[in-house]
Amino acid sequence: MKAMNVKATDMKEKKTNWAVMVLLILGLSTIAFPLYMTIVIAFKKPSEMTNSISGILSLPKSWSLDNFAEAMRVTDFWHSLSYSLLITVITVVLAIIIHSLMGYVLGRTKAKSKFYSFVYLFIVSGMFVPFAILMMPLAKQTAEMGLANWFGVILLYVVFYMPMNVLLYTGYLVNIPVALEEAARVDGSSTWRTYWQIIFPIMRPMHATVAVLTALAVWNDVMTPLVIMAGSNTNTLPLAQLNFQTQFGANYNLAFASYLLSMIPILIFYIICQKQILNGVTNGAVK
Amino acid sequence: MKNERKRTYLMIALPILALFICFNTVPLIRGVIYSFTNFKGFGSYDWVGLRNYADLFTDARVLKSYLFTFKLAVVTTIVVNVLSLILAMALNSEIRAKSFFRGAYFLPNVLGALVVGYIFNYFFTYILPAFAKMAGIGALEGSILSKEGLAWIGIMIVCAWQAVAMNTIIYISGLQTVPEDVYEAGGLDGATGWNKFRHLTLPLIMPFVTINLVLCGKNFLMVFDQIMALTKGGPAQSTESISYLIYNNGMSGGQFGFQSANAVVFFIVIVAISVAQMKFTSKKEEQL
Repeated sequence: MKAMNVKATDMKEKKTNWAVMVLLILGLSTIAFPLYMTIVIAFKKPSEMTNSISGILSLPKSWSLDNFAEAMRVTDFWHSLSYSLLITVITVVLAIIIHSLMGYVLGRTKAKSKFYSFVYLFIVSGMFVPFAILMMPLAKQTAEMGLANWFGVILLYVVFYMPMNVLLYTGYLVNIPVALEEAARVDGSSTWRTYWQIIFPIMRPMHATVAVLTALAVWNDVMTPLVIMAGSNTNTLPLAQLNFQTQFGANYNLAFASYLLSMIPILIFYIICQKQILNGVTNGAVK
Repeated sequence: MKNERKRTYLMIALPILALFICFNTVPLIRGVIYSFTNFKGFGSYDWVGLRNYADLFTDARVLKSYLFTFKLAVVTTIVVNVLSLILAMALNSEIRAKSFFRGAYFLPNVLGALVVGYIFNYFFTYILPAFAKMAGIGALEGSILSKEGLAWIGIMIVCAWQAVAMNTIIYISGLQTVPEDVYEAGGLDGATGWNKFRHLTLPLIMPFVTINLVLCGKNFLMVFDQIMALTKGGPAQSTESISYLIYNNGMSGGQFGFQSANAVVFFIVIVAISVAQMKFTSKKEEQL
């Protein structure tokens, strides 16, 4: 009986469902088509863009990089790219340090202490606060504090993603036995040192999840830099797209070159870290 | 020894809590305070009591933005969840190159919503009408984004294009929690096709349906980037989402106080919906 079962499942695994595969391949066109359109338009000259569909969607006559050079100049690409990178990297590092510390303290104390369980609920309920209500007061407040710049944006991100990340870290901490810390404490290690030497390294899988979720959200965010950095002469990549959209006018080839440029960094990141990103996103949502 | 631990905890928690209060609680309270004033965003202002709130409920533009935002959120949430559940089951079936397909179908989610919106803007303005002309569909020969009755569908398509990717990944991990022998037992009882899905799969992945509904509903109620890239609220203010209206009129339209009141109401609505949604779906899970 058992042998038969094994055989049955073996056979099942070998049978490929071709009908589903065909549908999946057809479905991929909904993703490939917009990307294909972006690429061919980005490489064409305006003169190649006749009004017919075939004129727009055919392959370019030559794969010239002129549009990209011009788009880089118009949108000040390297400048915006470096600010986007700066903001994303610092936010992710701060999120991993600050949110994991807070998650640790709250995870270890909230069951026993009324104060900490209140702090936990207080911070986690921050998830329900839409940016729309904070936007106007924050624009005023950051200007008053001299924080209407990239640094202010980082501070705000650290606060905005705190509810989600603290929730993730405290959830993960439940699986880490307290005995691990107690053993270290008996040896005379301070709580602070115990945290960095034992707990922080153990939470590595959760660091990866937090890093992926925070990085994707920060990298693509438009609203926070728009509201906070608008007057500071610095752009992030999405903000540059927004600010220069009017200047492209009818030159769609230039505009599409610029769209493609702004997508390339995240595409490279996705191709390299696809597995970590998929894992991170799943962990973050399901936990 | 125990004191040392308590002191360390406090020294970690207090500065972080202070940071959180400074940039989350304080602006929230200030927003509520502004909502009782006629502040324009600059200069002096007076207290107006509850007048902003009274005006809010008679302001046609505000009501229109609420109707639009809810219509978009409800329809998009349904469309996204149906599509991503189907896609997740396809990606979870016996196919070759599974990880390639999963990776490819997730791609839209990592791209920035603003640029995706710009690309689709072009698609709706030039490509789709040209296809419509070729196919002889007169109704679609102009850009759907410039038609009052159709523009929201364009926004829905762009929102869905990115959100399906996310929800599919969550549904796949849900489907993987269903043990194979449940299907085998169900197969013996003659459960196939729709019955198998309705009575075996769906109840078992209900927690994941909850996650996806909450995630979608909340994200779409706060829609902003897609509006910015596709319609800027037009035509005739038919696609102004609540967030967009608050940003547009509050930040630069001289309605700082009035839009603060709008934001407070929006906040209360979001909290009420989130709480209700969680209560409702957790009840459903228990029943099953």
